[in-house]
Amino acid sequence: MAKLTLDDLRKLRDEKKQAMNQRDAEGKTAQVIIGMGTCGIAAGAKAAFDAFLDEMDKTGVTHATIKQTGCMGLCFSEPTVEVKMEGMPDVVYGNVDEDTARRIVRDHLKNKTLVSDHIFDKPSTDIIKD
Amino acid sequence: MAYKNYIMVCTGTGCESSKAGQLYENLNAELKAAGVEEEAQLVKTGCFGFCEQGPIVKILPDETFYVKVKPEDAKEIVAEHIVKGRPVDRLIYKEPSSDKTPVDTDNIGFYRKQFRIVLRNCAVINPEIIDEYIARDGYGALEKALFEMSPDDVLQEIKDSGLRGRGGAGFPTGTKWGFTKGVEADQKYIVCNADEGDPGAYMDRSVLEGDPHSVLEAMAIAGYTVGASKGFIYIRAEYPLAIDRLNLAIAQAKEYGLLGDNILGTDFSFDIELRLGAGAFVCGEETALLASIEGKRGMPIPRPPFPAVKGLWGKPTVINNVETWANIPVILLKGAKWFNSIGTETSKGTKVFALTGKINNSGLIEVPMGTTLREIIFDIGGGIAGGKPFKAAQTGGPSGGCITPQFLDTPIDYESLMSIGSMMGSGGMIVMDEDDCMIDVTKFYLEFTVDESCGKCAPCRIGGRTCYNILDRISKGKGEVEDLQKLKDIGHAMRKASLCGLGQTAPNPVMSTMKYFEDEYKAHIEDNKCPAGKCKDMLSFSINDNCVGCTACARVCPVSCISGEVKQKHVIDQDKCIKCGQCFTKCKFEAIDRA
Repeated sequence: MAKLTLDDLRKLRDEKKQAMNQRDAEGKTAQVIIGMGTCGIAAGAKAAFDAFLDEMDKTGVTHATIKQTGCMGLCFSEPTVEVKMEGMPDVVYGNVDEDTARRIVRDHLKNKTLVSDHIFDKPSTDIIKD
Repeated sequence: MAYKNYIMVCTGTGCESSKAGQLYENLNAELKAAGVEEEAQLVKTGCFGFCEQGPIVKILPDETFYVKVKPEDAKEIVAEHIVKGRPVDRLIYKEPSSDKTPVDTDNIGFYRKQFRIVLRNCAVINPEIIDEYIARDGYGALEKALFEMSPDDVLQEIKDSGLRGRGGAGFPTGTKWGFTKGVEADQKYIVCNADEGDPGAYMDRSVLEGDPHSVLEAMAIAGYTVGASKGFIYIRAEYPLAIDRLNLAIAQAKEYGLLGDNILGTDFSFDIELRLGAGAFVCGEETALLASIEGKRGMPIPRPPFPAVKGLWGKPTVINNVETWANIPVILLKGAKWFNSIGTETSKGTKVFALTGKINNSGLIEVPMGTTLREIIFDIGGGIAGGKPFKAAQTGGPSGGCITPQFLDTPIDYESLMSIGSMMGSGGMIVMDEDDCMIDVTKFYLEFTVDESCGKCAPCRIGGRTCYNILDRISKGKGEVEDLQKLKDIGHAMRKASLCGLGQTAPNPVMSTMKYFEDEYKAHIEDNKCPAGKCKDMLSFSINDNCVGCTACARVCPVSCISGEVKQKHVIDQDKCIKCGQCFTKCKFEAIDRA
């Protein structure tokens, strides 16, 4: 790498910041949790995961973290994805293929509208009050 | 393609020594073997601070905090967590008080009261990759200084921030820079004091290992401010990892044109070189340090003139400690106002402490100035190991003193520590319980300063040795009542007449322990007793009637001085006994008396 000019440095910083941003959970207001049990992976959860990462990158969504978890128990509607976001109800999406994943990023995370045709349920925490 | 997981592995010296390097290699191999090296990025980081629990592995973005991870755990972490998304429960940190897993790192008791400015990038970035530093606003402060601020603006900002030297004495950093800036000279120098020699202290090493670029950036900013084109980092050769990472960082910064000629295309040029010290405590004293850089024997010279005016090769030189430097970029980026909103009236910002000794969570911590010792020891440190009562905390190393239980609620800043006879120092904090003998501790520090004295001035050379001899006599039960006065007199003389800080502060541990633990001194001198049971020459071990003849003591005795038949009471041969106390700790029947 040659010597940097001021513009190079700023550009490099912005680029790297975005990459580093994905590590950080601080300041994130949304969580995407993907069920990655055997059932999830068999149903294509890995492809959905990649689609989430890719679409978030493309649309500049930086306020969400993507985490993986084990089987959520909804094996029949895998891949299952739970989305928690400030100002939105917690939602569990079922049968999330690549396209749906991209729609969730665009509609839910970015434009704050639910992807209604894939909603499986609202998590039980909503039903059971403690 | 972005990664799904990030595996942060601590590779600070502490974790390295418990095989973090091997763990890193194993994780790397396992990721490849499982075919997921594209999905998870393995990141080498600096110190997490929680050294007690090392080696530490943190998985992001889900913030799983694995502790005491062994190289052989790599397979399970990759197979379970990375591939299947199931955290490995047995490795997750659990709070000792509740046995629960904290939801995220910030919720761990050890981290909750911390505030990281100096350590902001430690354990967050890979210190060997400059891009990661840049992504965390690295070199942004240098950029701001060069393109938006005049040298006077920078100086004013540093002055307004209220930053004081973290090397110990707490001299205002802006004022120091101002002296150098104000002198006309054809050449000026910037020096980083990385000669960390206090027993028990390792914060400077951790900063250099975990975030070397922050120090380079700060030194360049100082160069721009005072008009210097050359910087030196004086570091002791005992810190090989820090040296490697600094060399790498300097090479990367030069390649990017962030050091060297015409930085970022401006007409400002600044270069940094390392100078390795042989590890002499006195070389932490600024004039001795400069002599050592010049290739002379590291001995102090009288001040004034101060190095800020007449330093390296007679030229004006700004010399600051590693921790002081690490504060500079943040101050410029976030502003003086932000910085001095943290801390106390007279001491702004945070302080890094190396918390060691008889404490549950030993490690590297950073807290806002004004945090109390109680918060540090009981909230962050998790209390005294083994639940014993707290006796004292030694701060400031051989130049400092002890803080006793009555001062647990004193807010820690430069002035209040000074007022209770201790000092901030560079930040070693050694916690002691009732099993520690204060005479023994004081003797240890004095032995250290006597060894490390350069011998140039008589008060330090002769005074230190004499004090040590007196303490040695007291600890052997041969002390006299007059000794206390003698120690005081010599101490005062050393404080007044020694040439440099080493000699001036060497009596501090003695003065401080004599003030707060006079009873203990008297017990040694008058009653020939060591209340903590530490001073061997005053101890004797004997076996009482509780003995059931289990032979455990006889088997553990290294000099075979315990005799007796099985199931019969045993006897210790007092002439042969070396008073190691092994039998005392081994006996399950409280059959051994220590007196």
